Amino acid sequence: MSQETFLVMRNITKMFPGIVANDQVEFLAHAGEIHALLGENGAGKSTLMNILTGLYRPDEGEVYIQGQLVNFHSPREAVDAGIGMVHQNFRLVESLTVTGNITLGAKNEGFWWRPRIAAKKVAALSKEYGMDVDPEAKVWQLSVGEQQRVEIMKMLYRGAQILILDEPTAVLTPQEVKELFSSLRKLADSGKTVIFITHKLHEVMAFADRITVLRGGRSIAVIKKEETDIKELAHLMVGKEISHLVNKTAADPGEIILRLEAVSALNDKGLPALHEVSFSIREGEILGFAGVAGNGQRELSEVITGLRSVSSGKIFVNEKDATSANARQIIDAGVGHIPEDRKGMGLVSNMTVIDNTILKSYRSPEVCPGFFLNHRKIRQHAQHLVDTFDIQTCSLDSPVKLMSGGNLQRLLLAREISANPKIIVAVYPVRGLDVAATEEIHQMLVEQRNNGAGILLISEDLDEIFKLADRIAVLYEGRIMSILPIENADLDRIGLMMAGIDGKEVAANGASSAKEV
Amino acid sequence: MLVAQKKFNPGYRIRWEKRLVSTPLINFSIPVISIIMTLLAGGAVIAAMGFDPIFIFQGMFTSAFLSFTGLMETTVKAIPLILAGLGVALAFKMLLWNIGAEGQLHMGAFAASGVALALPDAPAYIVLPTMILAGMVAGALWASLPAIPKAYLGVNEIITSLLLNYVAIFWIDYLVFGPWRDPAALGFPITKAFGQAARLPMFGDTRVHTGLLIAIAAAIALYIILYHSKWGCEIRVIGESQGAARYAGMNIRRNIILVMMLSGALAGLAGMVEISAIHARLQAGFSPGFGYTAIIIASLARMHPGWVILVSFLMSGLLVGGFSMQIHGLPVATVQMLQGAILFFLLGGNILTRYRLTIRRKKVA
Repeated sequence: MSQETFLVMRNITKMFPGIVANDQVEFLAHAGEIHALLGENGAGKSTLMNILTGLYRPDEGEVYIQGQLVNFHSPREAVDAGIGMVHQNFRLVESLTVTGNITLGAKNEGFWWRPRIAAKKVAALSKEYGMDVDPEAKVWQLSVGEQQRVEIMKMLYRGAQILILDEPTAVLTPQEVKELFSSLRKLADSGKTVIFITHKLHEVMAFADRITVLRGGRSIAVIKKEETDIKELAHLMVGKEISHLVNKTAADPGEIILRLEAVSALNDKGLPALHEVSFSIREGEILGFAGVAGNGQRELSEVITGLRSVSSGKIFVNEKDATSANARQIIDAGVGHIPEDRKGMGLVSNMTVIDNTILKSYRSPEVCPGFFLNHRKIRQHAQHLVDTFDIQTCSLDSPVKLMSGGNLQRLLLAREISANPKIIVAVYPVRGLDVAATEEIHQMLVEQRNNGAGILLISEDLDEIFKLADRIAVLYEGRIMSILPIENADLDRIGLMMAGIDGKEVAANGASSAKEV
Repeated sequence: MLVAQKKFNPGYRIRWEKRLVSTPLINFSIPVISIIMTLLAGGAVIAAMGFDPIFIFQGMFTSAFLSFTGLMETTVKAIPLILAGLGVALAFKMLLWNIGAEGQLHMGAFAASGVALALPDAPAYIVLPTMILAGMVAGALWASLPAIPKAYLGVNEIITSLLLNYVAIFWIDYLVFGPWRDPAALGFPITKAFGQAARLPMFGDTRVHTGLLIAIAAAIALYIILYHSKWGCEIRVIGESQGAARYAGMNIRRNIILVMMLSGALAGLAGMVEISAIHARLQAGFSPGFGYTAIIIASLARMHPGWVILVSFLMSGLLVGGFSMQIHGLPVATVQMLQGAILFFLLGGNILTRYRLTIRRKKVA
């Protein structure tokens, strides 16, 4: 393993209107290492890597590869210089084969498309780095983990010497994460430079050789893994001690408030997404749904909130049949919803803070007694929410798209909570939020649970589920693998169930209450 | 985000940068700049046709706004433009691209004429309200034809509403050339004149009629609906984000149909007002494209009812000024060219609401 400095980014500064995304950042990476780029959201990780891959041009600073000054004008030039990036959202053509995707647009292809030769090259590549994927398979048939491998091979095929992965583990099960990093280790051992962007500390400690920490657009530290620990990294990343607000007491569940009986539903493409899902939630408890994204979570949240119709089965809200209720009736029945897409669904980004606070209540008699909206009351209510929930905004009349992710989510939760919901459906409620905002949102959810609300929490972050949930359900391919009380759940078992390995076998030595509904 | 960049001069860099919010200054200056650009580009074309652009523009402005009769005529033409412009603005506000105001206006005129011809002896207090109602209902029903397929099947309303314009125009042509033609009209494609009771009263001895009051009242009503009612709240949310509207439990289908029908009703009212006050009979080609000009008005006014009134006067002035310059040999199509140019520059300028153009001196390393 050679240890020459392969990549040098010096003094990189990049400004966007209103913010300095990178402020004189220094970044060095060696050949043959796995280098973690650690930082919270908004620390400037993605900007830095987008500069390296030629998507942005720095306002100041230089990039050297193998001692050569480079100046990329387009992503294409970066690819030609041996830099490959695997984005968080894969950029694959679903209807093409693996080989087709890997060779598509690559420069070393000739004019003629020779599928058999290409397939051979791809197969050789997959063997060389131990990345198991069928070159003839169509991409839509592949699991998320396999698609990620295709993305990586796409970059290797183009001769990438530096491979950058943007939050590569967000969509993987714990087992898939292990496989991914064993492949990445092989790549590093063959002399390539692997850089991965992350904010997950345990991943960094498990898989990285060296770590560069970014905070607020500046490079704070470069450390070898052996010379640090999780605590120090957390401190470097956040810049202050994390105060753990969430103080969860034992659950005191009341009456059943939400019940699903053998609910099946289709996804947007008309394919089955939920298969006979049954569970119930009581007042004052949090049921956490673990699972890799895309296994029916979205459809589950939508059938409950009236945004998607069921193909069979029944839904009871407060023991009243709500199977065919529309979104409005569900809202009126006291179901709050924190959707996955807070900017496109939960809030209207171009509208003001005030308008967003009445997104649901505009039709209630308090806000709109007759034909006219009561603007004075609306403003008072909005001001009250902003004060109570400590929402940072320059004015009540400025569009919410100017607010940070944490403040957006606080506003969204404030609005939902102020309607006194009996049930809250929270989908990825802290995705993209920094540590402090995450704590606050968690605290808000736990408070609602302590006040007697039943909460359905969908998350792909097992740490979050273990921290908040009273019971854990695992969704795999639209089926509930098992529902375990938190005391009987452990990470390995949940991880296996997320990969589709039957919960009953796994749970055989443990909970008798595993199938409690 | 960086969209494109060009080397302009070795010492400078020009690039587009995405902006988070559009400033009020930009929102105001884009329509103004697009009008200035129109004068420049239109002036070049007018000069190429062998006219003096300064003389032409001056003449247009003077005859449209600075003489009493011209100003009255500008006001008269502004009335249907305001009503149709309000209709289009309402639909655009919800991102419903109603290009069919011209057809809805024709159908409004048709229904109002039908009432006027059927009730030749009824008193004004019966016939006028009935004509208004009939015009609005006909416009609304005509607009429902593209609205219903849009709401239930997602059929593109731009195409359907546009094509229905031709149907409506030919329907009027059929009537005035055929069954409704006045036998005494010596072959002209016109119906019998309406009775005096079917005519909206004029102010004094000008041609400005009480339709102006109807138009202003409609603008105020629309403003109140949009910004002070729960229905307006739904319209604005659906226009901004269908996802959020669905999430908040709003009925998008019903609103597509209702908004499109109200939009058509306003255009239909424009047709009724024009036919009742100005022509007093149904005739072929009574509208010089009011419904199409309304699209430009709604865009320039950024869908705001107050601005619709102002911009309608401006576009009306362009029409009146253009007509008056015909005596100097200026082709009437010049006005359409100028209208088109305004919309063109406006749409082009809208990129500035989302991106900013930055010119920076390159730093010497």
